[in-house]
Amino acid sequence: MASRQKVPAEDPQQAAADEDAASGNGEGDEIMEEAEEQEDGYTSSTPTSTLTWISWFCSLPGHEYFCEVTEDFIEDDFNLTGLNTMVPFWKEAMEMVLDVEPEDEDTSKIPDVSIIESSAEMLYGLVHQRYILTRVGLQAMAEKYEGGVFGTCPRVYCVGCNVVPCGRVDIPGNDTVKLFCPNCNDIFVPPSSRFQGVDGAFFGTTFAHLFFQTYRELSPAPFWKAPSAGGSPLSPRSVSGSNGSRTSPFVNPNPHGGQKRAAGYVYVPRIYGFKVSERAKSGPRMQWLRLRPESPEELDMVDWRGRWINEDDEYDDDDEPEDEDRQMEDFDPDAVDGEDDDDEEEEEEEEGGAGPTMRKMGKEVTASTTAPSAPPSSSPLHSARTSPTTSGAPHSQDEPFIDLSIYTFPSHRQATDTGKVKVLRQWAPRGDWDNAVRTAQV
Amino acid sequence: MEEASTGSDSDYSRSWISWFLSSKGNEYFCEVDEDFILDRFNLTGLNNEVANYPQALDLITDSLDDDIQDELRGSLDVQARLLYGLIHARWIVTARGLTKMLDKYKRADFGRCPRVLCSAQPLLPVGLTDIPYEKSVKLYCGRCEDLYSPKSSRHGSIDGAYFGTTFPHLLFLVYPTLIPSKDGEQATAVGGKDGGAGGDARTRRRLRDEPEAVAAEGGGEGINTASVALKAERYRPRIYGFQVNEIAKLQRWQEAVRDRQIARLEALENKTPT
Repeated sequence: MASRQKVPAEDPQQAAADEDAASGNGEGDEIMEEAEEQEDGYTSSTPTSTLTWISWFCSLPGHEYFCEVTEDFIEDDFNLTGLNTMVPFWKEAMEMVLDVEPEDEDTSKIPDVSIIESSAEMLYGLVHQRYILTRVGLQAMAEKYEGGVFGTCPRVYCVGCNVVPCGRVDIPGNDTVKLFCPNCNDIFVPPSSRFQGVDGAFFGTTFAHLFFQTYRELSPAPFWKAPSAGGSPLSPRSVSGSNGSRTSPFVNPNPHGGQKRAAGYVYVPRIYGFKVSERAKSGPRMQWLRLRPESPEELDMVDWRGRWINEDDEYDDDDEPEDEDRQMEDFDPDAVDGEDDDDEEEEEEEEGGAGPTMRKMGKEVTASTTAPSAPPSSSPLHSARTSPTTSGAPHSQDEPFIDLSIYTFPSHRQATDTGKVKVLRQWAPRGDWDNAVRTAQV
Repeated sequence: MEEASTGSDSDYSRSWISWFLSSKGNEYFCEVDEDFILDRFNLTGLNNEVANYPQALDLITDSLDDDIQDELRGSLDVQARLLYGLIHARWIVTARGLTKMLDKYKRADFGRCPRVLCSAQPLLPVGLTDIPYEKSVKLYCGRCEDLYSPKSSRHGSIDGAYFGTTFPHLLFLVYPTLIPSKDGEQATAVGGKDGGAGGDARTRRRLRDEPEAVAAEGGGEGINTASVALKAERYRPRIYGFQVNEIAKLQRWQEAVRDRQIARLEALENKTPT
């Protein structure tokens, strides 16, 4: 790395001054030279002489996700703190990125220009990761987002929601760039293979989420109610378009929450028009992953440990402040497995506590019948939040479910004997579901 | 297209179906056995869906008279594709059709799930409706149980009714051993020749408290999928390592819904031991 000691760009400010001077007289030559240098690395380098290295880099195929970092951001030493240990040939890479002509023409010490190229790319990517977290950078990315540069979510029921680039790790060299969809809160592989050479660390783990925290109007709300029969609920494309083009303006009561109407349909598998029962081996197991509650209040019915409040005497509403603690504890990105284990433990504990659960259930029933919104106790199968698919097969208004569990449901005594939380089913008045399903499927 | 069709007529070595299957964009289709098409019972009602039904059928089965070709040719090809698609939708939910599609699934002919945590799980084609000319074909992932749009536009324009709403779910109903595990492991279950065995092994490995299920080998009778969702990985958005409040709240709610379903299913499992 330290093969050249007499480079003027030791101090980035100095480099800036030099660069200014250079741009005064011979910028064209410099760029031409630059282009020649790059020939072996990137044969597609453009011949236009006014292009800076940064614009050229961002225009390369596969680099569409990058925005142009301003040069003064790169020239500020503070913004580069710690990066010089990660980038080999730091000074040469800096010169290349900033289009500074090295004073010392003795390039023979550098084994291969392509090495500097990759160093410059690494440098630019890491600076880019930091830059897009700044206000200017977020703004630049927002313009690209609104222009649909990053593409749309491949999931059918996200209805073409725009996505943002996202890394899974902040350290380069680990994983390629992914795309984060704010509607389903999931990450996807970019559709084109040309993005498979782009490092995810150049976008970082934080950007996607800071972006939607900053632009709340672009962030879908965490709740969703199936549109009423007045609309055209058959086609999700018309009712929950990504720009929320419906007549009534959407408002999230949480002013800090996402302010965009979500696209909330969840796919429901059907065989000859009949929903596949969850009691089948092949029945739906993953609908929870995409499900949203109908109202924001329902989110509060789950405590910080992921349990239903009022189902268990052990934890009550006083736990709410601990919400913050939980998040503080959770910053280990490798904790996913651990959390899964937690879930299992919790579930087992839950099974043990059937006695108190029973009593709480009774309260829940009365509460839910009076509540205007549908109770959250629905199995996803019967919810109105189902995909509005149609089928040529039998499809009457009172759609028959293969799921007959309601008839065979264990009695209270059995439930207490086996110590299981079976009573959950009893929350929902059955008729409501049929109605709800009907409105969603008319 | 016209040339290709006439070519296939003059060149009897190549049937219309094999020409259709080999043309670009039709990679999702499998070959319908000729005797299935020739059994008129299987075509019940299709004469109302397809204009020039007799000629279209003749074209598909390579028995079209040469003298009709000129005036009808262009529209007939469209009708023949429609007819083949609608027959295809019925074919792939038969036992033989399922096995043919299974082979394609094992080769990942339908692409792989774009969801990162599904580890390139092979997909299955599915329609959102069984009525033609309504919705294009979608792809169903057995791991995340969600629907995705085909990456390529030439697949995105295929009518979903040519695959139907039933097919992927019937496939997993008939072959429960092929239900993908929900975890983020590499999707080898359907990758190789011994895919079925691999999937079965993994399914058995995740059985928690059903030792007798392991013994049940054939037919997937012993597979217990009540708690498989616990193995599913999910993405957790973080800002500087901290979870994002509203999303974390939603995810807790979703996981509570999941746990409730698992409790419900396990309760059923314990009540009715199979």
